[in-house]
Amino acid sequence: MGATLLGTGGGGDPYVGKLLVKQAIEDYGPARVVDVDELPDEGLIMTTAIIGAPTVILEKIPAGTEFRSGIGALAAYLGSDPVALMPIEVGGVNTLVPIATAVEMGIPVVDADGMRRAFPQIEMTVFTLHSLKAAPMSIADEKGNMCVFEANTNQIAESLARAAVVQLGLANAISCYPMTVADVRQCGIHGSMTYCTEVGRRLSQVQRGAPGAWDELLAYTEAALVFSGKVIDIDRRTTEGFARGTVVLEHLDDPSRTLRVEIQNENLIAFEDGEAVVTVPDLLCLLDHESADPITTEGLAFGQRLDVLAMPCAPEWHRDGMLELVGPRAFGYDIDYVDSWKDRR
Amino acid sequence: MKNLRIGVDVGGTNTDAVVVGPGGAVIAEAKAATTPDPIDGIKAAVDAVMAQVDKPQSLGKAMLGTTHPANAIIRRQDLDRVGVLRLAAPSSLGVRPSAAWPEDLRQIVIGPSMIAEGGFEYDGSPIAPLDEDAVRRFGAQCAESVAAIAVSCAFSPAATDHELRAAELLAEECGPDMTVSLSHTVGSLGLLERENATILNASLLTVAKRVVDGFRNTMAEAGLEVDSYLTQNDGTLMTVEEADRYPVLTVGSGPTNSMRGACALAGLADALVIDVGGTSTDVGILVDGFPRVSTAAVEVGGVRTNFRMPDLISMGLGGGTVIHTGEVDGNGEIRVGPDSVGYNVITQSICMGGDTLTLSDVSLVAGRMDGFGDRSLTEGVDQDTVAAAIDWVDGRIAVLCERMKASSTPLPLMAVGGGAHLVPEQIAGVSEVLWPPHHSVANAFGAAIAEAAGSVDKVYSYDASSREACLESACEEAKDAAVRAGAEEASLRITSVAEIPMTYVPGGGCRVMVKAVGPLAE
Repeated sequence: MGATLLGTGGGGDPYVGKLLVKQAIEDYGPARVVDVDELPDEGLIMTTAIIGAPTVILEKIPAGTEFRSGIGALAAYLGSDPVALMPIEVGGVNTLVPIATAVEMGIPVVDADGMRRAFPQIEMTVFTLHSLKAAPMSIADEKGNMCVFEANTNQIAESLARAAVVQLGLANAISCYPMTVADVRQCGIHGSMTYCTEVGRRLSQVQRGAPGAWDELLAYTEAALVFSGKVIDIDRRTTEGFARGTVVLEHLDDPSRTLRVEIQNENLIAFEDGEAVVTVPDLLCLLDHESADPITTEGLAFGQRLDVLAMPCAPEWHRDGMLELVGPRAFGYDIDYVDSWKDRR
Repeated sequence: MKNLRIGVDVGGTNTDAVVVGPGGAVIAEAKAATTPDPIDGIKAAVDAVMAQVDKPQSLGKAMLGTTHPANAIIRRQDLDRVGVLRLAAPSSLGVRPSAAWPEDLRQIVIGPSMIAEGGFEYDGSPIAPLDEDAVRRFGAQCAESVAAIAVSCAFSPAATDHELRAAELLAEECGPDMTVSLSHTVGSLGLLERENATILNASLLTVAKRVVDGFRNTMAEAGLEVDSYLTQNDGTLMTVEEADRYPVLTVGSGPTNSMRGACALAGLADALVIDVGGTSTDVGILVDGFPRVSTAAVEVGGVRTNFRMPDLISMGLGGGTVIHTGEVDGNGEIRVGPDSVGYNVITQSICMGGDTLTLSDVSLVAGRMDGFGDRSLTEGVDQDTVAAAIDWVDGRIAVLCERMKASSTPLPLMAVGGGAHLVPEQIAGVSEVLWPPHHSVANAFGAAIAEAAGSVDKVYSYDASSREACLESACEEAKDAAVRAGAEEASLRITSVAEIPMTYVPGGGCRVMVKAVGPLAE
């Protein structure tokens, strides 16, 4: 649940990830999530994730082996085995994949990541802001096909990975950003697994109708409920493999107020009456007004009644280079970042 | 001329039957109590309605909407044990079949399971060649231990070869008596959900056979020579021969029938529909004559499927809903429901001589209902309580309608079902409230007027050929399927086209879902 919310409309449905983890735990025993301080500085940390098209992943459920073989190939290239795995993004299905793989490998998962939300491209991590490289990296499928490659920049890493995935069936394992425990400690977003669990727990309380649950959720995430409205228009299109779209909501109490949400796989920006009120990299989450279920981009439908939640991105994002990498202009919107939580940082 | 049709709907409380003539005119209607063996109730309703028909020999078609299969799953009764074969290895090994099933249902239904090599990629190339030896071994394992086998396969909605070949091999191993359900015949994209639906389907085959045989026998015993059909989740028909093989496709047909029936009875294609029963109320919305379908994954008896079911909001409000007064929370306010006396409303409510204050009593005192109960018995009922209960009903119904509407434009509301009298005449945001003629049997009427359909759900590449060409090919395929299902070719229409672009990758891939519908050929 937390993973769906932090997916901000994209990131792939965590449902399959949940089933992968369930089976891994049944077969191999419980999962261990550790704090970065519990690991030796010089230890190697590796990531693993699903990369591909969510529509294809619905049919091509992971084997589990592709994640291990991708990690194995990269470990062989580096000449060193990982002491723990780490999610690249805590948000969407990739929150859970490393847990299943780590359980199978008998190693822990680090309570940290590089986004604490979902983003569509590999270079969009806090690691890039620290000049950590996504490469060397590996892409693997379930049949034993895999490649390990170097890339000069994280942007090139992204395009090489995308090209490999098209050849390998659009549902693959990626392992990138190999780094030391010390790197994670210095550059990663700490406690993101815990954060995700806590957000999910509070959201479940909201769904059960527990008294004060909404306030609890808003307080924990420092989020604001910016709008409650009904979907009166959806425009979807696909360009260069990314689903772009616009959703317009009409306010439930005041039909003269409208909110426009711009989507590129994830919900990116909300405009009320032409003025940006929530901007990427802060999180823009759409929840069913009645059930408080997070609504994914694919699940949006005309007439839905939604609550729009704005949550500040992880504080680790706020450093030089953030806006160039993941601000509104990085996604092609000629507007400034709206820093609603400046005073609280 | 065999120009009459009979529609039968088996609900939780009542089994309804209507006979419909040319142009959708209602010739006769009847209600009977739903019985423990539902075939008894069907017989009673059919006999009662046919007694009102002058020329029974004019009856040409019979349509049944029933909750038998849905109830079998929900109650975990009469389900067969199923062998589960998935053709997708080496992909999908990370999630075994029935992984997310409720334990009690799994114990009853799931027999031997295997994930064998086979299946397809999104572009139709094989993931691996079909492992025929493994399929044969699995067949041998199933031959003595299960009643049916469910076969699913990665991307089988687009490429059926491996499922069809596996069915041949299983028939060779297990003999012709073993029934095999293939996933491409019951579900759309989404391997795990389609596999679940296929397993449920296989486990329902005995139940289905009993219903279908019972329905056919009922017709034969009544001296009627008719073509028989069952209604499916989307409000369209399948033949009894198909229903025998694909019973899981009927599990959500009840609400669809009542909404389609309301639509035709009132002659409106775009409207809200409220179906008030004895215990609960469903509100849905009709767009172009069909219920808007839900986007969320639909669970059947706790199992996730990818059926497209009507988008409904339900709540505990019905003719039998109980009103709790004063002492409940001590401050003199009332609480309505959510409990209901259900079908006992005919004995337990005050206006029928009982001692439980129900919404039927309230409706009678408030002047909304007549023709049921004795007004003099309700003289002792407190007027303030009635007013407060009516306020609650009106408030809840207004919220349900508001939640279902897609825009602020007022829409008409059609009220159907046995408890439709509870619906007020004025509702904010609703242009007018209509009680169509014969509204209490709208669901049986919906079954009687149902049409035949065909659909397609495939991934196309818009870069390989144009979007227009892909959509045209999908529409043609859907129309062919509809004609095979019995639709009249000249009257076919495309009722829905949905495109879901494949995200995160280049290539112009797009999942296209098309449905074609038409009236049954005479």
